[in-house]
Amino acid sequence: MRHDSTVLDEVSETGSVLSGPVESRDFPEWFREQQQDGWKQFVSLPSPKRKDQLWRFSNVDLLNLTPFKFGGALPDKERNAILEQSRGLDKVAARLIFAGDQLIERDVLSDQLKKRGVIFQPLERAMIEHGELFRKHFMSQPAVLGSGKFAALHQALVSSGTFLYVPRGVEIDLPIEIFHWLHGENASVFPHLLLVTDELAKVTVIESFRSLDKEAAGFACGVNDLIAGPGAKVTYVCTQNWGSNVVALQMNSTIVDHDASAMSLNLHLGGKYSRFESLSRLIGEGGRSDLLAISVANDTQEFDARSLQDHISPHTASDLLYKNALSDRARTTFGGLIRVEPHAHFTDAYQKVRNLLLSDDSEANSMPGLEILADNVRCTHGATSGQIDADELFYLRTRGIPVPIAQRLIVSGFLNEVLQRLDHEAIADHLRRLIEDKFANE
Amino acid sequence: MKTETSAVDINRSIGDFAYPEVHVRDAGAGLSEKTIHYISDVKEDPDWVREFRLRGLKTFLEKPLPTHWASKDLEAIDFDKIRYYLSPGTEAKRTWEEVPEDIKRTFERLGIPEQERKFLAGVEAQFDSEAVYSNIKKAVGEQGVIFVGSTEGLKKYPEIFRKWFGKVIPIADNKFSALNSAVFSGGSFIYVPPGVKVKHPLQAYFRINAENFGQFERTLIIADEGSEVTYMEGCTAPKFNTTTLHSAVVELVALKGAKIQYITVQNWSANVFNLVTKRGLAQENAEVKWIDCNIGSRLTMKYPSVIMKGRKARGEVLSIALANDGQHQDTGAKMIHAADETTSNIISKSISIGKGRATYRGLVHVPKHLKNCKNNTECDALLINATSRTDTYPAITVRGTGNAVQHEASVSQVSAEQIFYMQQRGLTEAQAMSLSVNGFVNDLVRQFPMEYSVELKRLIELEMEGSVG
Repeated sequence: MRHDSTVLDEVSETGSVLSGPVESRDFPEWFREQQQDGWKQFVSLPSPKRKDQLWRFSNVDLLNLTPFKFGGALPDKERNAILEQSRGLDKVAARLIFAGDQLIERDVLSDQLKKRGVIFQPLERAMIEHGELFRKHFMSQPAVLGSGKFAALHQALVSSGTFLYVPRGVEIDLPIEIFHWLHGENASVFPHLLLVTDELAKVTVIESFRSLDKEAAGFACGVNDLIAGPGAKVTYVCTQNWGSNVVALQMNSTIVDHDASAMSLNLHLGGKYSRFESLSRLIGEGGRSDLLAISVANDTQEFDARSLQDHISPHTASDLLYKNALSDRARTTFGGLIRVEPHAHFTDAYQKVRNLLLSDDSEANSMPGLEILADNVRCTHGATSGQIDADELFYLRTRGIPVPIAQRLIVSGFLNEVLQRLDHEAIADHLRRLIEDKFANE
Repeated sequence: MKTETSAVDINRSIGDFAYPEVHVRDAGAGLSEKTIHYISDVKEDPDWVREFRLRGLKTFLEKPLPTHWASKDLEAIDFDKIRYYLSPGTEAKRTWEEVPEDIKRTFERLGIPEQERKFLAGVEAQFDSEAVYSNIKKAVGEQGVIFVGSTEGLKKYPEIFRKWFGKVIPIADNKFSALNSAVFSGGSFIYVPPGVKVKHPLQAYFRINAENFGQFERTLIIADEGSEVTYMEGCTAPKFNTTTLHSAVVELVALKGAKIQYITVQNWSANVFNLVTKRGLAQENAEVKWIDCNIGSRLTMKYPSVIMKGRKARGEVLSIALANDGQHQDTGAKMIHAADETTSNIISKSISIGKGRATYRGLVHVPKHLKNCKNNTECDALLINATSRTDTYPAITVRGTGNAVQHEASVSQVSAEQIFYMQQRGLTEAQAMSLSVNGFVNDLVRQFPMEYSVELKRLIELEMEGSVG
């Protein structure tokens, strides 16, 4: 077995994520084989280099995984602290809380939804009770945005997560909530969400990533696959608030079938280095995908967002809006591509990234890209980088508002455009509070 | 819009002829230290130039092709089959009478003598690698403007030449700048003294004639404090059967308060690899403006750059690319802000016809602690047929709070309503399409000098012929 230089530079001890998949507990055989395949791939694929186009501007030196271990035992005290702090929305349809990739609490769906065939289960149960359906979609999307190696690692080491299936015509009004917690020093988690919606189904999911100890080093490597069936409506919100020494990689993909619409909003607050890859594939006519993201970056945080809006079928639409507010020595990178495949005529695609630089040492990199292989399309993108308008600040000061508060108001207003696009007041309020909390702790 | 019809073969009859080759000096095919010594011997290079060439060769051989981001088509270049140097064995000509008869005929076909003499102050025509005809109007010469071939420049004016040569674009900038550094020959050297404003544009024509012959001209323009100059280069080339390589290096230096405008109309035949490095340095209050128009070639890779080194320096790139069947126009711009209050502007328009592919690649860099830097980038792409392709890959880095950068790009096609309307008014579909495309590029073309905009519009019409219908 060839050990890769930067990732596997030391012989790994037991309990390290670099010692490979743990021999299964109760996983079915096909799953164990997939784990082994994933591990082989992880070991054989090269580590990302800064020169790779998909890692341009990224600080790849932060990807040394040597210190990270599988999660340990969870003492009662910590368990209670996690449950205490797992507060999100007031009203939810169901809830799962994971700590160190172990399910520690669940609020089940109403009997009515269960009767209609909705499945909301941890991964390890779904792969046995709904084997065929689960297997069909599990890890079925390619990791094309640079993190193939880490998607393979995820496949090798994932041990829990969420499977949500919404059958034909079922609409779930209240959001479904999922928490993933990191606890302990140098711990790692491999969050997984597989969401499959059938025709005309409707669902909203909000996922939260948290660290119990805000200073502890940690590693998160998540995969998230949303499959929007014909005419389905899927809304996915993620609030990433890992501790300040966490290295996080998240690989999301969304498949949008005909007449379906998918909307995702990712709020990035935590982590030391956080990479977020988002693939949106529009495979059926009339499909629409909205990709929204907000990053509030301070200290020496680095947020690295990569996206691909892949228009495969004609008559599809996509709209990306990412906003970054940067202070201190923070860095953000945006690498986005709209790709219109041959024959995907009548594509309507939009992509916009806006950076608000609040300090002299912050740095924003933008690489908005287009690859158009069909005509009869309307594709535009824009990227702006700027700072707070001196006139706006002056106006607020004349109204007696001190500079720091005025700045915060302007930044909140800048980010609010993204939250409004969500069109879900309760969730938007929740996200606003999280953003305010981060400002308050600066 | 009808999308099934493929684009018609380009009418290149204007540039499509060649006369028998009479090359007195020929370095043979392939590249080795021997080739370099041969070139240096023939050109009677000073020692420092010979060393410069050898360093260029070493770097060229060491560097890999940039195919990790650039087109794999580069691999089709067979560097061993290219002839890196030939010269008609004649010295630069001063008067028209001394120009060889067959070369005169070539120029006649291109319509150079009558047209250009009227408009242009000086003519520096490069036929293959040596300047065979150069003429500066007396008035320009009297102002102290130096306008000579690069070989003559480095020998006659070493004190100015050496100071800037290879400084804006170092040998190791990229594989092809290294290649040029090794085998350069021809090109222009221009020096404009302080305060001199050259009224008429200076112009050079480049042609590739000997089959399989790479042309490696090297141009260095220095505008001293407060001076102004416009340089124009136009390229047409006869058609050949095998691929040809053109790899130029152009360095511009605009000292305090100077203005340089560099205009290119590139119309190489569709078998030419056009891999050019162009960069300008703008000191305090200076301005460097590239106007770049790419119509021909098989693959063009060209990203004119401006390094704004002094306060209030300005950089601008206006570019038009037209990609027809079998062509890939990979063009763009780089703007490096290195001082406060520097501003830059990039406007790029591309048109893809048939199976053509147009790519915009851009870089805007604003480092920290700079104040009041501004960049504006606009990229618009027009797709004519269903098989046409366009890409945009900008990279923008901004640090600090004092700067503003905006980038915008759009992709569209000619609207069916517009075409329908014009057909109602009695135009054929092809005419209507041509008119629409001219409208798309019109606001850019208007910024070109008059004679160029006329030529450009005609070239676009020529390319559009038969693309619809």
